Amino acid sequence: MNPLLILLIIPLLTIVGIAFVKDVTKVRLVSAIGMSAQLVYAFILLYLFYQQRNAGNTDDMLFVSTTMWYESFNIQLKFGIDGISMAMIMLTAIVTFAGIFASWQVDHLPKEFFISLIILAGGVFGFFISLDLFTMFLFYEMAVIPMYLLIGLWGSGPKEYSAMKLTLMLMGGSALLMVGLLGIYFNSAPDGGRLTYDLTEIAKVNIPLAAQLFFFPFTFVGFGVLGAMFPFHTWSPDGHASAPTAVSMLHAGVLMKLGGYGCFRVAMYLLPEAAHELAWIFITLTSISVVYGAFGAIWQKDLKYINAYSSVSHCGLVLFALLMMNETATTGAILQMISHGLMTALFFALIGMIYGRTHTRMINEMGGLMKVIPFLSVIYVIAGLASLGLPGLSGFVAEMTIFVGSFQHTDMFHRVATIVAISSIVITAVYILRVVGTLLLGPITNNHYLELKDAQWFEKISGVTLVIAIAIIGLTPFWLSDLIREPLAQMIQTLTN
Amino acid sequence: MNYSYTLLILLLPILIFLFIGLMGDKMKPQLSGLLGTSGLLVLTLLSYFTAFNYFGHRVGESFKAIEAFQLLWLQFTDSLIIHIGILLDPLSVMMLVVITTVSLMVHIYSLGYMKGEKGFTRYYAFLSLFTFSMLGLVLATNIFQMYIFWELVGVSSYLLIGFYYERPSAVAAAKKAFIVTRFADLGFLLGILILSFYTNTFDFIKLTDLNGLAITQPTTAVFMGLSVTTWAMLLIFMGGAGKSAMFPLHIWLPDAMEGPTPVSALIHAATMVVAGVYLVARLFPLYSYTSPDSLEVIAYIGSFTSLFAAVIACTQLDIKRVLAFSTLSQIGYMMVALGVSGYGNEGLGYMASLFHLFTHAFFKALLFLGAGSVIHAVHSNLMTEMGGLKKYMPITHITFLIACLTIAGIPPLSGFFSKDEILVAAFEHNKIIFAVQWLVAGITAFYMFRLYFNIFWNHTPEYHHAPHESPATMTIPLIFLAAASIFSGFVPFHDLITSDGNPLHTEFHWMIAGPSILIAVVGISVAYVLYAKKNSKPESIATNLKGLYTMAFHKFYIDEVYLFITHKVIFNFISRPVAWFDRHIVDGTMNLIGNSTVYFSGAIKKMQSGQMQWYIWYFTSGVLLLVFLVMYLN
Repeated sequence: MNPLLILLIIPLLTIVGIAFVKDVTKVRLVSAIGMSAQLVYAFILLYLFYQQRNAGNTDDMLFVSTTMWYESFNIQLKFGIDGISMAMIMLTAIVTFAGIFASWQVDHLPKEFFISLIILAGGVFGFFISLDLFTMFLFYEMAVIPMYLLIGLWGSGPKEYSAMKLTLMLMGGSALLMVGLLGIYFNSAPDGGRLTYDLTEIAKVNIPLAAQLFFFPFTFVGFGVLGAMFPFHTWSPDGHASAPTAVSMLHAGVLMKLGGYGCFRVAMYLLPEAAHELAWIFITLTSISVVYGAFGAIWQKDLKYINAYSSVSHCGLVLFALLMMNETATTGAILQMISHGLMTALFFALIGMIYGRTHTRMINEMGGLMKVIPFLSVIYVIAGLASLGLPGLSGFVAEMTIFVGSFQHTDMFHRVATIVAISSIVITAVYILRVVGTLLLGPITNNHYLELKDAQWFEKISGVTLVIAIAIIGLTPFWLSDLIREPLAQMIQTLTN
Repeated sequence: MNYSYTLLILLLPILIFLFIGLMGDKMKPQLSGLLGTSGLLVLTLLSYFTAFNYFGHRVGESFKAIEAFQLLWLQFTDSLIIHIGILLDPLSVMMLVVITTVSLMVHIYSLGYMKGEKGFTRYYAFLSLFTFSMLGLVLATNIFQMYIFWELVGVSSYLLIGFYYERPSAVAAAKKAFIVTRFADLGFLLGILILSFYTNTFDFIKLTDLNGLAITQPTTAVFMGLSVTTWAMLLIFMGGAGKSAMFPLHIWLPDAMEGPTPVSALIHAATMVVAGVYLVARLFPLYSYTSPDSLEVIAYIGSFTSLFAAVIACTQLDIKRVLAFSTLSQIGYMMVALGVSGYGNEGLGYMASLFHLFTHAFFKALLFLGAGSVIHAVHSNLMTEMGGLKKYMPITHITFLIACLTIAGIPPLSGFFSKDEILVAAFEHNKIIFAVQWLVAGITAFYMFRLYFNIFWNHTPEYHHAPHESPATMTIPLIFLAAASIFSGFVPFHDLITSDGNPLHTEFHWMIAGPSILIAVVGISVAYVLYAKKNSKPESIATNLKGLYTMAFHKFYIDEVYLFITHKVIFNFISRPVAWFDRHIVDGTMNLIGNSTVYFSGAIKKMQSGQMQWYIWYFTSGVLLLVFLVMYLN
């Protein structure tokens, strides 16, 4: 059996397990066991991956298996991974694991909650291992739908509005995407062969330029909506603000990465000439995104809004770097996806934990938390430092790779866009230190806070896991960078020719 | 020689940081202090051993750079690779000695000074983190490694300035320091990107190799009238100016005095703030050969800063702030020296700059630690609440006096020699800059002795508790640093640390030394007349010079200008409109689309009413319309 399928089987078994137990504690236990198994398996898969590579297997994709699913439209269940998908799988496994522990205290319909959460995660895993555009899309939708329920049922604040907004905007993105994907499908055999959804097959053919130019914007924007590209990002602040902790974590940490991943692997890789022709539009939009999100974050008062805007800025950088279309910048983009995924998941976990204690997310209403909840506060500071790009943590590695990569373009347009994007490192420092200063440092503003309890064991597991992941990438970036870079040489060649 | 043991110099402090940091409160505070201090003692001995080995083994006439250790950390492109390594050359070995010595003194001193403080453990963890970062910075083999540690010292500085995190002023100062230096680092980063793009390397040895491509074939590209190389070098200097608090990026340093005093001695006087000087010195061949224009800029900025800060120092009342401005002024000297220097045989300024860096580290650390000892005794930072302390604190008094004489440039103390070399170098290059530096020497003597007389002489206020001499943990570092201040001038610097590694021939010029001693004596005498005893002269002078005095007292309102730009312009005119635009225009459009869909669906849903007569009516009119259209179109 294809070892990749286990990534889908474990969530499935976990869901079945949850369905059969009654007690809340058992639901948690089963979910935790399931997702720990998934995390362990992700490491095993990494090991298997290296084993194959060391054994001299130089195929683009490893563990490839194909099953015909729907003959008349040539839809296959085709799975396979390369270094990039491997890295994304690791990210998803880590964030899901942390997310389960961060939602330990959900007591309203826990069974349904954990099932939806795991369906969501399963969809993401399916997306990253798919090599067939149709199944990829299917898994993508599988991840988006539970989101609506999760926010609408377990959310806070104007949750129906936010859930509706988020789902509709993402569905709007999906609609564009569907057009794009069908466009690619119907042009997948310009020489008259069999039409296909197979990603690796389509990459080998030359889709006519006119078709590329027409369908590229649909595909890119379709994924871009999910990647919070300006001006299609406004679902993100509202959606995150209402979403329960684990959903924000998974959503910002992993689901938004589907956007960047899709933009690269589908839109740009399959429609390379159009990507070249139209890159300037999206480079402009994304470099705006980077500073715009950062400036937006300075003015926000709600912790989740701050983080949502900061995500707009950081995810803008992902798309920005992808559009630079060279090996270094693209490596940086993938690193940034992983780094941002871990950081933002950590932020949302912490925000949830702080909110659970102080019952507010307004930074002006809080202060001096370092003194009463030092553990959470120190982790928050670490997350903040990672976010503003401190060396030794993951953000620095990703950003620097992007900047060095983008700087390889010598023309004025790319240079200016790059400098605009780089300037965000200062603005990021401003809003991060503002939050740290107001929220954690200074005198205690509210005497009730003196009775707050610091992190409980499950919160510690959640936070520490993410911090360790961030630190490992930050301290030893070379292995991850190599893992990501390895498939890129060939892909970038396709892009630039 | 095998230098692989130098790896321990980097590993030891980071391991201590991790150990103390992770143990946290589980550890007895004293234990963490002792662990940190003994670790640093080992580190210091290791550095002395390294220095002894390195300077003991000349290759022929000169010293060669050695890469003792190299680890691939991150690969960007085929040639742009970040290594984490250890580079030993005269410059880095000298810095190694300075940093470990001062850091050790501060570690010992803090055992007494910080005793009983909440967060004693955290303090020692951060000190180790800082020491690690600073050592990594000076030992860097390539410019990107330097940038990495550059950021790390920045964050250590942030953590230590904000050590008393419950105090809003400390939090604000820490934030300010970080953001101002971050802004400068933006320039540094851009400079690195430009430089590395055109030279295709990060490596210091390749960049500064006189026969290397970076120097022999600098890019000919021009941007806005200046060569791209000059842009790169100026941007890199911007990073250095931020860390070294050169005008106009100096505003964070005086506020940084919110941190514990030993921290000010270590970070904001002796080591981190000279990183900018170190950076320029590290890339000196590149500056000298490819971009002499930027050296001119550096000289003028240094000169202006030294004058500007010296004037402000004359008016400040907080003793730590006087010292902070004095630091600015002295770093200005070092920048001037680099700016006026040439390479090789012309490299007097380069040598003088680093010589001054070396001596300054000791006497300025001594001044801060002395000030700390005084603050410890009287529980105030303001010189108006001090006076007559010489009979209460004899050791502090004598060591402080030695430091003041050193910085004033009285022979044969170390400051005299290093400052004299700078003046000689400036004289040979640019008479105006020389004149300014000569004048600043006088002002320096004046404000230092204003400080000294106000603390130790003058009239004795009523103290709540009688002040007493500090404990031995604090006085021993004072005595050690006083000895270093006296004798470090005799280190044969021109033999050891020069721009090209070859010994430099220097001469002693009475023509320069005479006037500089003279103006120092004048400065001291004026301070004696005004401040040795309580009198009304200082106030009447301040009243007569009202405009200038007020301006200087308010630090020429630079802070206010910054506050205006950040709060009024950036926050209110950029950030706020962006937030508004996003909520109302961008999101408004999305909501509009949503709402109009709802509206239209509401408008057309009446069509599906379930009433048969309406359906028949729609059907019939539809058929009629079609018939009409078909007939008309045909």
